[in-house]
Amino acid sequence: MTLLFAITIGVLFACGIYLVFRRSLVRLIIGLSLLTYAANLMIFTSGNLLRRGTPIAGETPPEAMSDPLPQALILTAIVISFGVTAFTLALGYRASQAVGGDDLDAMQTTDREEMK
Amino acid sequence: MTPLIIFPFLIPLITGFSALLKRRGRRRVAFSIGVTANLIAAVVIMASTYDGTILISQMGDHPMPFGISLVIDSLSAIMLLLTAVIAFLVGIFAMATIDANRERFAFFPLFAFLVAGLNFAFLTGDLFSLYVAFEIMLMSSFVMLTLGGERGQLEGGIKYVTINLISSTIFVVAAGLTYAVAGTLNMAHLAIRFSQLADPGVTLVLAGMFLIAFGIKAAIFPLFFWLPASYHTPPIAVTALFGGLLTKVGIYAMWRVLILILPAATAILQPLLITVSIFTMIVGVLGAVAQMDVRRLLSFHVISQIGYLLMSLAIGTTDALSAGIFFMAHVILAKTALFLISGIVHELEGSYHLKHLGSVAKRHPGAAVMFFIAALALAGIPPFSGFWAKFLLLRAGIEAQQYLLVGVGLAVSLLTLYSMIKIWNEVFWKPNTYTPSADEQPTPLTRIERRAMIGAAAVMVVLVFALGIAPESMISLSNRAAAELFPNGLGHSGYVDAVVAASAEIGGLSE
Amino acid sequence: MTRSLFFKFLARAMMPILILFSIFFLLRGHNQPGGGFVGGLVGASSIVLMTLAYGPAEVASRLRIDFRRAMFWGVIVAAIAGLLGLIFQSSFLESIWFKPYIDGIGKLELGTPALFDTGVYIAVFGVTVSIVMAMADESDREAE
Repeated sequence: MTLLFAITIGVLFACGIYLVFRRSLVRLIIGLSLLTYAANLMIFTSGNLLRRGTPIAGETPPEAMSDPLPQALILTAIVISFGVTAFTLALGYRASQAVGGDDLDAMQTTDREEMK
Repeated sequence: MTPLIIFPFLIPLITGFSALLKRRGRRRVAFSIGVTANLIAAVVIMASTYDGTILISQMGDHPMPFGISLVIDSLSAIMLLLTAVIAFLVGIFAMATIDANRERFAFFPLFAFLVAGLNFAFLTGDLFSLYVAFEIMLMSSFVMLTLGGERGQLEGGIKYVTINLISSTIFVVAAGLTYAVAGTLNMAHLAIRFSQLADPGVTLVLAGMFLIAFGIKAAIFPLFFWLPASYHTPPIAVTALFGGLLTKVGIYAMWRVLILILPAATAILQPLLITVSIFTMIVGVLGAVAQMDVRRLLSFHVISQIGYLLMSLAIGTTDALSAGIFFMAHVILAKTALFLISGIVHELEGSYHLKHLGSVAKRHPGAAVMFFIAALALAGIPPFSGFWAKFLLLRAGIEAQQYLLVGVGLAVSLLTLYSMIKIWNEVFWKPNTYTPSADEQPTPLTRIERRAMIGAAAVMVVLVFALGIAPESMISLSNRAAAELFPNGLGHSGYVDAVVAASAEIGGLSE
Repeated sequence: MTRSLFFKFLARAMMPILILFSIFFLLRGHNQPGGGFVGGLVGASSIVLMTLAYGPAEVASRLRIDFRRAMFWGVIVAAIAGLLGLIFQSSFLESIWFKPYIDGIGKLELGTPALFDTGVYIAVFGVTVSIVMAMADESDREAE
């Protein structure tokens, strides 16, 4: 099971990085969200993939509980990436309007141009 | 007293939401009260930690590895105070200079949220909360950077957002792996657990990941390209805030994580740290020398100064860390002052370009004096603050026999001085022969706005000057901050012992 | 943009159900899966459905709730819940429980965690609706 997750995480990371390296703005944004999914799965895997009881005091004896912390961490990370994705989409939309396309290579004026 | 340490986070958070008010006047009043309250809170915290007490509070009163620890040791207190001072002064500067359109689109709330994120990063004693604090900070910085939607801002913003998201991903993966290895995320607990760990290989991987994650945020050598591409695009108040504080949080996190939690792995990484530090200093300053735009020039200097801060980590002794903390205080103040002064020149003369400016010293002698002091302080000329900072750092380097680092540090100082002289000559000294174009007119400001803008920068320069004239108390403070942070064998340090003792009081684990 | 009658009807029918469901989630939190965050999202989805069905302008004119202000009050409520723990107990976010017995209903367990969750509910509701409304406004303007 852990092996399966490891492979999935690896594939997600690979896809994310590949997409980030493309020239298209849309692919960049999709790539970034794939990277966050990979990170979330990674945290999930780090908390041991075992079938255990709900981590609620009084319902499950402590030794049979699953580890609640990775889930809490992932929830936080998901919320954060939700906000970040919303922002990158808005930013990408605005940038493609300003530049007139989604070609990242057209976005070099801040590096190149000497301020007039 | 101790539970009150949540206030540096709560005050800016509530300020941010109150500054969403619709009416301009109310919004500004809410924001001003907020930054002032934040400054008062930071001063109170500094006063109550000045005798060496470490303030600790467990959120929700859950003991250490279960509840989130909020810890204010001397380092946190110093950083909180610096942040509060910068937020206060840059806040005044922003109120005087920011345009109505940006203000309507929640500039001040974002400012406050940025401060909330920074303060929380300094407060927390928990690795994952540190990630959350970084995200609060980054989200507000993303929006502040792109607010206004000019083409340059959007392009710079995309680079900034992308690279910072990748850095966050690496950070969160590293935090997840840390949890998998050590079973905890509390920094003090981690320090103990990792010192007992038999296998150093895992910690080396983790240290590498943290170094890359924080290195991107701090803009260290091969990872800095996003900074000069984006920092000059927003209004100068934003650049001053970012250049003064944001990259420094990366260094702060490195100190906390690499020195406190992973000292063994950091020792193995020392050659890498030395190389990176050298290249960061050199590349930063060489980039700066080539620039003709004041903001770009100063942005490259941000990178070069990060090299000095990284040097404290690369030398890796208590003395070096203490010198680094002093350097941090100096560079935050001096850098922000320089950005603010360049902002004043822009508001009064209408340009940032070296070729388009001239004889500012004749027309605005006050601005020239302020720039003179701040620039010499940055270059490290006695008796200004930069001299003490560099002196302490280089002395620590010589004592640790890192002669190459010391040599490079000295040479880079000279180049820093050179590029400061270049700004001085071009902007303040040479006669102005350039006829400004239509979009290079001075911004019309009311008298109050003008005074507020110049006053904020003047106070900043006075602080830089004071730090140079009377460095003793700051030096003793940073000595103690370094002593508290630095591990003295088997994962124990002033910080760790204090957190463990505080948790033992409310029934947590004792070891 | 043409909006189908069927969808409009469905959104209307779903709205009260979603709101009730979200409050159920909110009250269920703490000891059971649920809580302010999930509740806020479900509640906001009702407004999102209405926005999709009727368009942002009509929803905004009918609702007359300032969602930006809701964000503010949500955070204030959550902060007060945390501060109560700080004032009456020893640290921030520490829970205080109040368990009255009411005839006919039984024992109620009221505490600052519920208050905190309510704050989160309001804040999440406000934030989500504000984001969606802003985006819908934008796409509407483009369609014109």
